[in-house]
Amino acid sequence: MSGGAIAFMIFGILLTWGGAAVCISIAMRKRDV
Amino acid sequence: MKRETWGSRAGFIMAAVGSAIGLGNIWRFPYMAFENGGGAFLIPYFFALVTAGIPILILEFSLGHKSKGSAPLTFAKLNKGWEWLGWWQVLISFVIAVYYVVIIGWAISYIGYSFTMAWGDDTTAFFVGDFLGLTDGPFQLGGFRGVIVATTVVAWLISFIVLYAGVKAGIEKANKIFMPLLIVILLIVMIRGITLPGAGDGLEMLFKPDFSKILDGRVWVAAYGQIFFTLSIAFAIMITYSSYLPKKSDIVNNAFMTGLLNCGFSVLSGIAVFSILGYMMHTGGGELPDSLSGVFLAFATIPQAINQLPALQVVIGVLFFLSLTFAGLSSFISINEVLVSSFTDKLNLPRRKVVLGYTIIAGIVSLIFTTGAGLYVLDIADRFVNSFGVAMSGLVEVIIIGWMFKLVTLREHFEPISDFNVGKWWEFTVKIITPVVLGITAIQNFYQEFTTPYGGYGVGPLIAYGWAVALGILIIGIILGKSKWKDAGILEATVEDE
Repeated sequence: MSGGAIAFMIFGILLTWGGAAVCISIAMRKRDV
Repeated sequence: MKRETWGSRAGFIMAAVGSAIGLGNIWRFPYMAFENGGGAFLIPYFFALVTAGIPILILEFSLGHKSKGSAPLTFAKLNKGWEWLGWWQVLISFVIAVYYVVIIGWAISYIGYSFTMAWGDDTTAFFVGDFLGLTDGPFQLGGFRGVIVATTVVAWLISFIVLYAGVKAGIEKANKIFMPLLIVILLIVMIRGITLPGAGDGLEMLFKPDFSKILDGRVWVAAYGQIFFTLSIAFAIMITYSSYLPKKSDIVNNAFMTGLLNCGFSVLSGIAVFSILGYMMHTGGGELPDSLSGVFLAFATIPQAINQLPALQVVIGVLFFLSLTFAGLSSFISINEVLVSSFTDKLNLPRRKVVLGYTIIAGIVSLIFTTGAGLYVLDIADRFVNSFGVAMSGLVEVIIIGWMFKLVTLREHFEPISDFNVGKWWEFTVKIITPVVLGITAIQNFYQEFTTPYGGYGVGPLIAYGWAVALGILIIGIILGKSKWKDAGILEATVEDE
């Protein structure tokens, strides 16, 4: 795989699952999930 | 009045994500990305998520939460003259439900076929001929297909049991089982996929960025379209689900979680599907398989790939079709809940009676898709209900709510109860960005349909299964919107959490 393809695959995973993880951590800090 | 509520916030998130994650995440998103710039497609895709998908989720979550009612009741509470929009969306859900259930039936059938790899060497011929018994045209029904009828009934039974049990004991519990299982299965299939020889080539095809594509406006419209369809918005599901949220519930963060988890699932599905396609190219001398998306990807190309696997063929086959079944069922249940909730409100009947009556009526209607012409009818109905149902009702929704209603009152409703605020950009996206994009999509859809009739079908089938369905549900929606509520007090009643 080329560097560009690897970069975009990681970008896609990080933005979605990373973003969701941040939202879940905010929810857990604010109130019960 | 009392209204049932979700047992926990996690339960609501799982149900909303379960609704959003459907068959399209597995068989539509990867191909869309591949066709529209590979990795570069992720840029318009995520832009669309933030500027349209999540804002509309926030809009629908807050509408349902504020009104605590089904979609028709929600719109009727805002303005009696807008009730028809709710019914239009409910009927869109009905059409989708009656064909979607048959695809779930196919997936259930293929779980069984996986044990013996009954599809043989020519997987397309098996799917079209032996399994579907596809006739020569949309008007030649060719009789019911026994296996498909049986597995469709199984899907209806599962939905019936879940809906009959209620929101907390049924829908929430089912999604708490389906969603974790779905993710685990997808991860297993994905890991199997990326450890196959040639997987890297498949992923290169999917993620290699072609930046020239993102200068093309059509790619941006495609990205917005994909986001719109993938999030179960504009056909009343999210309004219905959020109406079961307790009074002090977050709205904004829930919308972000739903949107991001859904898209995260799509990215993982893309990795799983394209690594397997890469393996097929590796073993097939570099040639791309014929079908890279839709039902033929799932029921012809993937079985062909399973035939070529060096080991674990049965396991991967069963898991792949189980993932389709779980993804489909969680969406199917949410679509059915839209109808159950709406008719329970309108007719003031006990929920369980409505569940039983609806399942019988919709179950009978769905039988047309289990005939030898099922795939044709499904293909046409799906195209028309999405292009002229979901997209158009979404456009009407953002115009009505954005421009004829004080949007700020919704923001004032959800900001004090949400984990974080969105600010004025939310109003901008609902009032400007989404109507513009959906308006362009609508023009594009009409232009395309009138210049090149869909799928090479004749005028007759397109009118009977396409235009008649799309216009019919709009007209029936308007009529239902003018009909009386059995208990007129429901429009004014204060709703308490049960």
